Amino acid sequence: MASMYEMGDYQTAHTLETFGFLPPMTQDEIHEQIVYLLAQGWTPAIEHEHPSKATNHYWTMWKLPFFGETNLGNVINELEACHRAYPDHHVRLLGYDNYTQSQGLAFVVFEGRG
Amino acid sequence: MSANYQAGVKEYREMYWTPDYVPLDTDLLACFKCTGQPGVPREEVAAAVAAESSTGTWSTVWSELLTDLEYYKGRAYRIEDVPGDSESFYAFVAYPIDLFEEGSIVNVLTSLVGNVFGFKALKHLRLEDIRFPIAYIKTCMGPPNGIQVERDRLNKYGRPLLGCTIKPKLGLSAKNYGRAVYECLRGGLDLTKDDENVNSQPFMRWQNRFEFVAEAVLKAQDETGERKGHYLNVTAPDAEQMFERAEFAKELGMPIIMHDFLTGGFTANTSLAKWCRKNSMLLHIHRAMHAVIDRHPKHGIHFRVLAKCLRLSGGDHLHSGTVVGKLEGDRASTLGFVDQLRESFVPEDRSRGVFFDQDWGSMPGVFPVASGGIHVWHMPALVTIFGDDSCLQFGGGTQGHPWGNAAGAAANRVALEACVKARNQGRELEKEARDILTEAAANSPELAMAMDTWKEIKFEFETVDKLDVA
Repeated sequence: MASMYEMGDYQTAHTLETFGFLPPMTQDEIHEQIVYLLAQGWTPAIEHEHPSKATNHYWTMWKLPFFGETNLGNVINELEACHRAYPDHHVRLLGYDNYTQSQGLAFVVFEGRG
Repeated sequence: MSANYQAGVKEYREMYWTPDYVPLDTDLLACFKCTGQPGVPREEVAAAVAAESSTGTWSTVWSELLTDLEYYKGRAYRIEDVPGDSESFYAFVAYPIDLFEEGSIVNVLTSLVGNVFGFKALKHLRLEDIRFPIAYIKTCMGPPNGIQVERDRLNKYGRPLLGCTIKPKLGLSAKNYGRAVYECLRGGLDLTKDDENVNSQPFMRWQNRFEFVAEAVLKAQDETGERKGHYLNVTAPDAEQMFERAEFAKELGMPIIMHDFLTGGFTANTSLAKWCRKNSMLLHIHRAMHAVIDRHPKHGIHFRVLAKCLRLSGGDHLHSGTVVGKLEGDRASTLGFVDQLRESFVPEDRSRGVFFDQDWGSMPGVFPVASGGIHVWHMPALVTIFGDDSCLQFGGGTQGHPWGNAAGAAANRVALEACVKARNQGRELEKEARDILTEAAANSPELAMAMDTWKEIKFEFETVDKLDVA
């Protein structure tokens, strides 16, 4: 066993589900995840919410899910537009999978300052 | 058509060996691995199995003539060699659907694996697979919720669920037990679990445990902002107490309970699953006693059959081995029954031990649970083998961390997310395992410590029950 002095103190963190335990992703890393989501044939969708209400099931939708979208650049532009409009909010990207009626991927791209 | 009654003993194959029979879509099909006593012809053995598991008995009886046994009898319709085994063979039997009560796994098993397993003409007998007709499947409720509903309730997407069993498995007081739960959950696990043999012993009565655990779950949820749960084991001496415990878990606002389906029995399990559907509770299923039934390669019931039965009886999670950990489990075979838990259609695939096409229709899917002797170094392999729709549980691999449960939980969560991220980037997890984990550990002292602690631990023993290959 590690001696008490070498032992780390684990501080509870407020986290935002998938990828919440990794350091913030670089822009390239975010793009790679979006490319993966699109390659699965999932429908990208964007949601945003004030951090004080982040534990609710429903966040506010940004426009509608982008049905049929396959272009990385368009998804990035929408994510950034949402972030500009709601700088205090968390912004997350989802991949709707209409076969499983679930979300194949969901992760927070911008963390709100609120 | 009427026949004359002739008392006496007929050879089974005269009536029950029907090689020209074409199975109906509504038939329940079974594949048995048979090892007969020396000198008994294969057709006679196969016919005896079909007879004894359906309408037949050892002697002709007059009352047979009052019904149409041609309609009700099971039929042995095919015999196949077992690859690499000259002593045994596969017998395929078709049973008409009317032999079974609707929605009763109990009734199916009582017929198929009843008296026939003690039959003297057989040295060994193993039920390898069952094809349930979709018509029968529609009579079973199945999982109370299923994978999709559980993901929505717990808000977990795009990755396996992460859990652990609270240790030591026996002897903790309720308050100390709740402490262990709280530490795991605040550190980043989604779910913790009662050990299967934690029921309501003198050192920790169930009400006491449920109350402390509920406080732990709610506090961790509040502090992390993520949804959490603990599988409260409601397995009990009798059904009345089982339901009493389930009701209390619900009253405390807990999302999930657990049951041991083999020791508890299918009747109890099906009732509990129905209660869970009605009460919006998730149901985790443990499988104590399975290895007694499924481990011998020539006798008993293969786990793929028990897994199918559980999906029909009802459960949202089922333990299914780890492939890489301390417990038995061949990789291809494990993937074979993991498919049966999750998919809506599974095609025949002998390379995975799947003997029949199986159409599950709209039956919800069950999360396979990988648990037992796994640690962070196994993470890349586990994510590859089980994929996102699984629950990975690290007991010793969380609580054995030198800095304690919370740090151990965080180490596993970081490793899991690093693997999912890398997979999505197109990296090969098993090949690049060391690099992926080492990169992630650069930002997580908890993971670095975990990797150092378990670097030497391996469980490399030969699997006892292997798939039959030449």
